[in-house]
Amino acid sequence: MSNHYYNAPDLAKFGNIGEFKKDVADKFFAWYGEVFNEGELSAREKSIIALAVAHAVQCPYCIDAYSTDAVEKGYSPAQMMEAVHVAAAIRGGASLVHGVQMMNKVKEISM
Amino acid sequence: MKSLKAMQHALADAGYQIDVLEHQASLTPFDEKLKESGLFPLQPNQLEIFQINIGKMCNQTCKHCHVDAGPDRKEIMTRNTMQLCINILAMHPQFTSVDLTGGAPEMNPDFRWFVEEISKLSRHIMVRCNLTIILANKKYHDLPEFYKQHNIEVISSLPFYSKDRTDKQRGEGVFEDSITALKMLNTIGYGKDGSGLKLNLVYNPSGAFLPANQSILEKEFKQTLKKDFDIEFNNLFTITNMPISRFLDYLLVSGNYESYMNKLVQSYNPVAASNVMCRSTLSIGWDGALYDCDFNQMLDLPVNGNSKHIRDFNLTELQNRNIVINQHCYGCTAGSGSSCGGAVV
Repeated sequence: MSNHYYNAPDLAKFGNIGEFKKDVADKFFAWYGEVFNEGELSAREKSIIALAVAHAVQCPYCIDAYSTDAVEKGYSPAQMMEAVHVAAAIRGGASLVHGVQMMNKVKEISM
Repeated sequence: MKSLKAMQHALADAGYQIDVLEHQASLTPFDEKLKESGLFPLQPNQLEIFQINIGKMCNQTCKHCHVDAGPDRKEIMTRNTMQLCINILAMHPQFTSVDLTGGAPEMNPDFRWFVEEISKLSRHIMVRCNLTIILANKKYHDLPEFYKQHNIEVISSLPFYSKDRTDKQRGEGVFEDSITALKMLNTIGYGKDGSGLKLNLVYNPSGAFLPANQSILEKEFKQTLKKDFDIEFNNLFTITNMPISRFLDYLLVSGNYESYMNKLVQSYNPVAASNVMCRSTLSIGWDGALYDCDFNQMLDLPVNGNSKHIRDFNLTELQNRNIVINQHCYGCTAGSGSSCGGAVV
């Protein structure tokens, strides 16, 4: 067993994921590539979305990859931090909005 | 900021740089990659660009500079060596373009004479102008007019369309001066549709990362420079930073060397490799020595064969030589590739 659950050099090995199950890995990477192509949204816009989502799902590999990608695509540090705040706000809001459920339950069981 | 040479830095020694490139990371040797692509030994296609580095002297000391250029560098081409270049150009019309680089080539006192002589040979002339030189001294203020007079293609570095990124790489105040110089060039027609006066910009990443897609970046540069400064230009060339000289120093000091080299190797593109600029360009050093490219020049890696100096020029031999390669060549073959004219794929 490796010493770390997360190991930075493992990011470069992502492409080897097909070693154990090539057919589905090939489909994933083909789809992944297509997703990030220029479309109705530009590749640049998709990069900042990916950066925000990487923070929302707290994937260190994705954060490394899309921090680099966003810098390459010309985003400033301030713009990238704003994107992270958007992710954080949605995550915070997602917790907080459940407060309504809590309030509903409290009211339901209270006299 | 002083040059590595002035600081007597270990990396000022080309041999030490090659030692670092060959031994400080466990990477696939570049020749093996070329063999896999059926490109080894690498040889020229049709040689058509004469790239002449007329000196290491520069008014700037950029952090990524592969030349280690700066105000403290005194190596510049003499008029005698320029004359040898002109003689060779006159004898070999297949060299249709002349690419003048430095340092700041304009700081060579014989720069204008050299351009005028090349003009007489009716060759396309490119000058790699760092923009700030135009404002550096009154004697350079008329450079835009001089460029126009000789229909020179001006190729200028502007690492980014924001002050922050540009100044971090090229020095405090460079962005502002570059914008002023670009406006001067625009005013006389450079970069304007229909003028025939070409103004191309060069983007270098300001750190240990690769350039983004050239056409997308060009669109953003055009939109932002027009909107924020009313500046126009023709094309943007994205150039990957080579892991040599000051950029190599940055990579080592910042701890990015290994990951950057890994990224270059992982991004190796055989199509880019088949289009590398050394297959169509010959590089001439300030002292008349011949190289496969400006990067090999800075690593003291002369061309193979007996034509090692402009005075010993033998086109047949040069056309059939094997190009000298090393690990830094991964910088030209990563992703969409990189050359003095930008991406190659």
